[in-house]
Amino acid sequence: MPDKPKVALYWCASCGGCEESVVDLAEGILDVVAAVDIVLWPVAMDFKLEDLEAHADGSIAVGLVNGAVRSSEQEEIVRILRAKCRLLVAYGSCAHQGGIPSLANLFSLEEALRDVYEESPSTVNEKKTRPLERYVENGHEVTLPRLRQIVRALDQVVDVDYYIPGCPPTPKLLQEALAAILAGKLPPKGTVLAPDVALCEQCPRRDTKPDDLAIAAFRRPHQLLMDPEKCFIAQGVVCMGPATRQGCEAQCIGGHMPCTGCFGPTSRVLDHGAKILSSIASNIGPKTDEEILQTLSGIPDPVGTFYRYGLAASRLRANLAAKEGAR
Amino acid sequence: MFEPAQQNGSPRIGFYVCHCGHNIAGKVDVTAVAQAVARFPGVVLSRDYKYMCSDPGQQMIMDDIREQKLDRVVVASCSPLLHEHTFRTAVARGGLNAFHFQMVNIRENVSWVHDDPADATEKAVDLARAAVRRVRLHRALEQKKVPITPAVLIVGGGIAGIHAALTLASAGKKVYLVEKEPTIGGHMAKFDKTFPTLDCAACILTPKMSAVRSHPNITLWTYSEVTKVEGFVGRYRVTVKRKPRYVIEELCVGCLECIEACVFKEGKFYDEFNQGLGKRKPVYIPFPQATPQLVLIDPEQCIEFKSGKCKKTCAEKCDRDAIDFKQTERIEQIEVGAVIVATGFQTVPSEKVPFYGYGRMPNVFTALEVERLVNASGPTGGQVVTREGKAPKAVGIIHCVGSRDEKTNRWCSRVCCMYSLKLAHLIKEHTGAEVFNFYTDMRTAGKGYEEFFYKVMDDGVHFIRGRVAEVSDWAFTPDEEGKLVIRVEDTLIGRVRRVPVDMVVLATGLEPGPDSQQIRRLFNMSCSSEGFFLERHPKLAPVDTFTDGVYIAGACQSPKDIPDTVAQAGAAAAQVLALIDAGSKELEPNTAYIVEEECSGCKSCIALCPYTAISFDAARKKALLNEALCKGCGTCVASCPSGSIRQNLFQDDEIFSEIEGLLTPVT
Repeated sequence: MPDKPKVALYWCASCGGCEESVVDLAEGILDVVAAVDIVLWPVAMDFKLEDLEAHADGSIAVGLVNGAVRSSEQEEIVRILRAKCRLLVAYGSCAHQGGIPSLANLFSLEEALRDVYEESPSTVNEKKTRPLERYVENGHEVTLPRLRQIVRALDQVVDVDYYIPGCPPTPKLLQEALAAILAGKLPPKGTVLAPDVALCEQCPRRDTKPDDLAIAAFRRPHQLLMDPEKCFIAQGVVCMGPATRQGCEAQCIGGHMPCTGCFGPTSRVLDHGAKILSSIASNIGPKTDEEILQTLSGIPDPVGTFYRYGLAASRLRANLAAKEGAR
Repeated sequence: MFEPAQQNGSPRIGFYVCHCGHNIAGKVDVTAVAQAVARFPGVVLSRDYKYMCSDPGQQMIMDDIREQKLDRVVVASCSPLLHEHTFRTAVARGGLNAFHFQMVNIRENVSWVHDDPADATEKAVDLARAAVRRVRLHRALEQKKVPITPAVLIVGGGIAGIHAALTLASAGKKVYLVEKEPTIGGHMAKFDKTFPTLDCAACILTPKMSAVRSHPNITLWTYSEVTKVEGFVGRYRVTVKRKPRYVIEELCVGCLECIEACVFKEGKFYDEFNQGLGKRKPVYIPFPQATPQLVLIDPEQCIEFKSGKCKKTCAEKCDRDAIDFKQTERIEQIEVGAVIVATGFQTVPSEKVPFYGYGRMPNVFTALEVERLVNASGPTGGQVVTREGKAPKAVGIIHCVGSRDEKTNRWCSRVCCMYSLKLAHLIKEHTGAEVFNFYTDMRTAGKGYEEFFYKVMDDGVHFIRGRVAEVSDWAFTPDEEGKLVIRVEDTLIGRVRRVPVDMVVLATGLEPGPDSQQIRRLFNMSCSSEGFFLERHPKLAPVDTFTDGVYIAGACQSPKDIPDTVAQAGAAAAQVLALIDAGSKELEPNTAYIVEEECSGCKSCIALCPYTAISFDAARKKALLNEALCKGCGTCVASCPSGSIRQNLFQDDEIFSEIEGLLTPVT
């Protein structure tokens, strides 16, 4: 039997949802297993670093990496993977754009650690103990990876060939991507493997959107009884659909929740959050400063709203890096 | 990430920096700029020259394109507003696409605004670097042409609108003249005489008014307002609201018998044409020579409208059955190729100058009221009298009321000195009264104006140089009893004087009309800070606006007298003729465009377009952009959430390259 193409899967700073989405292939996973040889998948099977290092450079057909990169360990593994894999794919929002973990870039590492280990309401830590990178007990040394100052998307650490977007990606996108990779029918390097048109085109509520939005007030989904047929933005609920790449089959909309933007922007847009902010702000109805501020107060967390999945990849990150003198 | 830039091998950029005489070279080291830019990647040639816009300057660009095989050109000189077209044309004549060109403004943005020559030079180099980086990415663009409908809308039927209408109509063009008042004639129709020749205003104006009425090429709509303007140069679709006169225009012959027959035996209501000095009935004609010669009924005052119980003697009297109490407003739709806005001015309301006592002291008059008093067809039949009906023995004319004043308007209204002289002359002639003119400076620039000033001085009119502090009726001495006292510092003798008079005339200045902002928005014009409509260039395009096909004439652009107004109206008419006779107009190509397959139909852009250039195609569920309507403001481009609207000459890669060029540290 000829060698099957080797596939590696890895997770960095992620929630595990992307791993779930692989399992969500359900019976389809058997076809994948039949077609490929999985050489690394820490969430499902036990692999050691030496096993990965033992592969010859370029011997693995494709590596799928999910999660953002924050620790020295994640950085080391993705560098090794880059060398071993002929194709490296950023899988899911965090690897693609930084994802939710990259919202931590709003704060310095010290602020983040202080909050998590000392100040968050549910924390009881009178001695203010924090994890140490190196700890020696009875002559035994234990080490932990070092945390970097900022969270990065995969392509901010290593060269990336393709992106599969989503939080998590749909099984369909994964299947299509794998099929294309195995068949060697690939678009130009750097392509995001999802349709390049915004979600509105697929939205079942599109026809209910008025020509003139003139948004008077913003509300969050829990603050009103939303009309299940009507465009969210027309109801004053921020929906990232107009600015977000399709490919998710409008699942959130189908579940009666607005798009939060996990598929990222279209290829034409440099900064996802800035673009939707510009669009939504332009469509506010009120004209006086006072009324405009009143309307905008309905969006209490603009960065968390508009950059929920893409702060690392946004133009804002440069400021954050400068603030801390990071990297 | 972006569309690949057009690359014909490596770019061959030619760079030119203009001295503009000393305008630029006096501050910027142009030789150093040329030397610095010569080292930028892609620049194959870098020159400085005294006047790039001159014929030899343009020729140099054309020759270099051919001989040095340039494929991009950058000129650092003045504002693109002034010469972008010049250089684009030169580039095109040299054989390149006109838009493979970028202009850098190092005059208004650099040499005129910076003191330090070293800093100015450095900034000029930075701006040039940005342009050089950007021009590499410029795409070849084609200019689209739109045909011009040979019809013109003129808004405003004062002397400017009348003159422009007659000029265009006699050149064979279709003219729609729209006036909001019931008659054309404007302010000029209210004047008795005109300075400095003392021509009778009516004698020179009314023949032109009736010519407008009878000209086969002119459609005259008075008592009408433009409510909507759509479209673009060459094809403006205009909606005009025609208010009901309650008199059928086609039937009324202007015999005025209905006015005679009205149940009101005497006039009872404020007579607008006579500044309220006379009274009129609910059915009226503004003045005897009103054009069109049609009566109208004021429904706010007419008993039939208020109670429905009038005997309707007016309608009974009309043997042509022209009175129609059920008339409603009519909406007319027209299509025109160009528009002339000639909406005139208003005089500064006297409430703005309360210390002169207008409204408080009955014998303080505005100049416009006195115009009506001296007019033979006015409410007093040409008698200049106080409100009590007595001939004044002394009259004070206060200049600069609401002009040249920090508290009201800072500008000089240009006409007040001259009309004050005219009124001084006429009052003296009609009453023999002593006339005092209180002036700030006498401004009598104009043909025959200074001579007129001397003539009025010779008449024995008194001139006191000083800004009047207040007008009061508080007598200090027996001479002042029952008089109005003008308190003023006579700056020529250096003393405060009190001048008792029987009548005070306020020479109120000119300011933008009350609906000027509304008109500005209708036609997408700009205003200068005072609120007058802004011309495209103060010297070289004084009747053009920033909207193609929309021209301005008369006092809506700035205060001006009748000769200047007529000259400007003629100029606007000539511009319109040039436009119409060219048959078509090239559009600026800096428009936005929607990439249809990328558009998700999210509608975010539709309502944002200030020019209504974007609509939603319900069948295909995509936004549609009419490039002929687009003015290239970029609003939709910035707001398209999926980046599917692009703009010619402002593509993302062009803008980012420009910014990178600016931010590249100087080594």
